[in-house]
Amino acid sequence: MKFGVVTFPGSNCDYDAFAAARLIGEDAEFLWHQETDLRGCDVIILPGGFAHGDYLRSGAIARFSPIMKAVARFAAEGGLVFGICNGFQVLLESGLLPGALIRNRDLRFRGRDVYIRVERNDLAFTSEYRVGDVLKIPIAHKDGNYYNFSGDVELLKKSNRVVFRYCDREGNVTDRSNPNGSADNIAGIVSESGNVMGMMPHPERAMESILGSSDGYRMFISIRNFINRSIGCEKA
Amino acid sequence: MSKNKATVFVRLKDGVLDPQGLTIEKAIKNMGYDMVNSVRSGRFFELELGGGENSKEKVTEICRKLLANPVIEKFEVDFDK
Repeated sequence: MKFGVVTFPGSNCDYDAFAAARLIGEDAEFLWHQETDLRGCDVIILPGGFAHGDYLRSGAIARFSPIMKAVARFAAEGGLVFGICNGFQVLLESGLLPGALIRNRDLRFRGRDVYIRVERNDLAFTSEYRVGDVLKIPIAHKDGNYYNFSGDVELLKKSNRVVFRYCDREGNVTDRSNPNGSADNIAGIVSESGNVMGMMPHPERAMESILGSSDGYRMFISIRNFINRSIGCEKA
Repeated sequence: MSKNKATVFVRLKDGVLDPQGLTIEKAIKNMGYDMVNSVRSGRFFELELGGGENSKEKVTEICRKLLANPVIEKFEVDFDK
């Protein structure tokens, strides 16, 4: 299987995502934002960074990069699309996920490890975790405060589309453990169909314990297992 | 005659948290201007237009698609000759 990592001008976690895919022994390829073809990649990662300088709003310009048409088509056909940090912002601006990310409530750029709780493990991205698992994953952002009109947040909760929530080391979802003011401590959400996921924390930076945490490793393994299963089904 | 300039004002919708506005508000109060009750921040854009058909509609479309994020923001456009 092959991971596709989109590089926008200003992306800076594209190599981390690439390295994460390679670390689990899979193929990976960079896709320049001007391209219009996904070159047969099985999963598309929109990486972290500051696409197009984050001018106007984070993700607002990247949404109109030529490759995003192909990404939207791929998502509509059920392809796996995974937006991390800035990539999450791009997915929201594109309307592939609902809501918006506004400035952190304390106006600060936050770069540190946080704890997030797994709320769903029935997804292609999270099948290797258990519900309630607490992951230590770094964040690095200034615009990560998930905002939506309260009714919409309720709807997300009701339809069970919150995948990760900020929590403390023990897994308690508290205001203190919320690093950016996100509604309902939301750290990651998924599309209704379950194939498009966006999150602010960086699992691709938590792949080896020597780097502080390996809790992101199983996310990439989940994705690989899902793809391999679906490739197996096609062949059968 | 075609309109040749559009000024676009983008504001956060009412009720959307504006941490920047709140911070400026605090600064103003610290400066001693206690008659200021609240501050909301926003941004504006000036678009020079080259004429052509339906430019008003097209500018509105640009606002909707790019300059404002309809989830959290609203916009107004002033057209001057």
